[in-house]
Amino acid sequence: MTIAVGFEGSANKLGVGIIRDQDVLSNVRHTYITPPGEGFLPRETAQHHRECILNVLQKALDEAKIMLKDVDVICYTKGPGMGAPLTVTALVARTVAQIYNKPIVAVNHCIGHIEMGRLITRSVNPTVLYVSGGNTQVIAYSRQRYRIFGETIDIAVGNCLDRFARLLKLSNDPSPGYNIEQLAKKGIKLAPLPYVVKGMDVSFSGILSYIEEHLSGWLDSKEFTPEDLCFSLQETVFAMLIEITERAMAHAKSSEVLIVGGVGCNEKLQDMMKVMCKERNAVLYATDERFCIDNGVMIAVAGLLQYKTQGHTSWAETTCVQRYRTDDVHISWRE
Amino acid sequence: MNNFELIAQGAEARVYKGIYLGKPTLIKERFEKKYRHADLDKRLTKDRIKAECRAIIRAKAAGIATPAIYLANLERRCIYMEYIEDAIILKEFIDKKVSKEINDDRLLNFIAQGLGTIIAKLHLKNIIHGDLTTSNVLLKNIDDDHIKKYENAANNFVIIDFGLARTESSVEDKAVDLYVLERSLLSAHSEIPRLFSKIFDTYQKHYANKNQCKEIVSKYKEVQLRGRKRLMIG
Repeated sequence: MTIAVGFEGSANKLGVGIIRDQDVLSNVRHTYITPPGEGFLPRETAQHHRECILNVLQKALDEAKIMLKDVDVICYTKGPGMGAPLTVTALVARTVAQIYNKPIVAVNHCIGHIEMGRLITRSVNPTVLYVSGGNTQVIAYSRQRYRIFGETIDIAVGNCLDRFARLLKLSNDPSPGYNIEQLAKKGIKLAPLPYVVKGMDVSFSGILSYIEEHLSGWLDSKEFTPEDLCFSLQETVFAMLIEITERAMAHAKSSEVLIVGGVGCNEKLQDMMKVMCKERNAVLYATDERFCIDNGVMIAVAGLLQYKTQGHTSWAETTCVQRYRTDDVHISWRE
Repeated sequence: MNNFELIAQGAEARVYKGIYLGKPTLIKERFEKKYRHADLDKRLTKDRIKAECRAIIRAKAAGIATPAIYLANLERRCIYMEYIEDAIILKEFIDKKVSKEINDDRLLNFIAQGLGTIIAKLHLKNIIHGDLTTSNVLLKNIDDDHIKKYENAANNFVIIDFGLARTESSVEDKAVDLYVLERSLLSAHSEIPRLFSKIFDTYQKHYANKNQCKEIVSKYKEVQLRGRKRLMIG
């Protein structure tokens, strides 16, 4: 039996998760929440992580009922993400590895999402829709890589939602996307927003500019309410995501879909995906907010797979990178 | 649609084959996508059927082989078009041929020659296909002799599925069109990484407007960076 601890802190979520082989022992997370109308900035986010990380680690150990000396391998997020928060998390992971003399594994954040999604849902070879604040990708596995079939050509879908929430001054607690989802349930009228699909790629920045341009006019004239706009934005961007997922499935002849990433816990998105899957006799695999949203377990899961096939990361390579593409990683643990 | 038989279901449309006015015909029905809001679905379907017909007619006028349009029916969400006989989808052709003969430059040259010239022709006429993948290209009457004489490769290629097509002249649109193709080749045909650069070379050779060609190339690099270097925060 191997015990792995995973440190995640690439954005505003700080997480430590502990697994024993395939069992999750603990999954602790602390989120840096900014006031309405504001996003999270690298410096303040790093400060938050610095203040919380030891408590989060201790809580994870307590819940797992283990001590650091019992751990077999330390895993941390190498990237992609924001530089400052990544470094804080990596620093603590490296220090723990040194003090307890444990092997350390550097993990790609996106691979973490995919591997944990596969583990939790037991899906075998799904087409993956990875949607979060910084990423929007449709991914399928082939020949030892997770290949990106489609992605955003500008901002990520979560970023689009977050920034829209800021325009409406919605609360960031627990997350902007959650609050949009709740408001959208009361929306009725569909606003005509740009719908931008290019092959298997999508673009969201134009939708945001379009809303920015019309927002005050719409609200002042009462043509659309904030609820209508939340509803319309979700209907539009999610339809785009499902369209490219379906196109990738048709292209790759796949009949399984896995949704991962923070936006993936949006139930409206999951419902729409379910409808699409039903139409083509495919199966949808999704997880809830415990696993969708960034967390430490996903890093432990991917790290442990990597450790078992490739061994640990050499000390000199335990760095961080802000840009680290999903298809850069050699997937040594799959056929 | 009596006597028509369903032959394929893609992501957006069902495709039926049959005889219409005595001709072998393919019906492309953009069936209702239930996951989309009904109004949005109607709007998209209508726009796409119109755009598809418009682009096919323009492409034909530019001398590019595409299926001829027989009838478009917005109410019933379908287009009747020519059924291309003796054709194979490029993706299947590559999967069958190239994976076995991976080092055969003639095959790569043949594909690059065909696609490169055709895309250049489309773009010169300001037609943006919008979904350039090897699933949307047919190869007609193909045999080994054709592959050897690759200068005329374009004659064997038929471009289909103009469902995301637009008629736009901006350099940005052309660059993104090429980028979409590159991405689809990288993901679906990762075993032949050289294919896109070969296609792009031919494209540049056949793009008659040299000044604009330069602009497209530099815009293309910009688009590529936008995707790759975008901040990717979990």
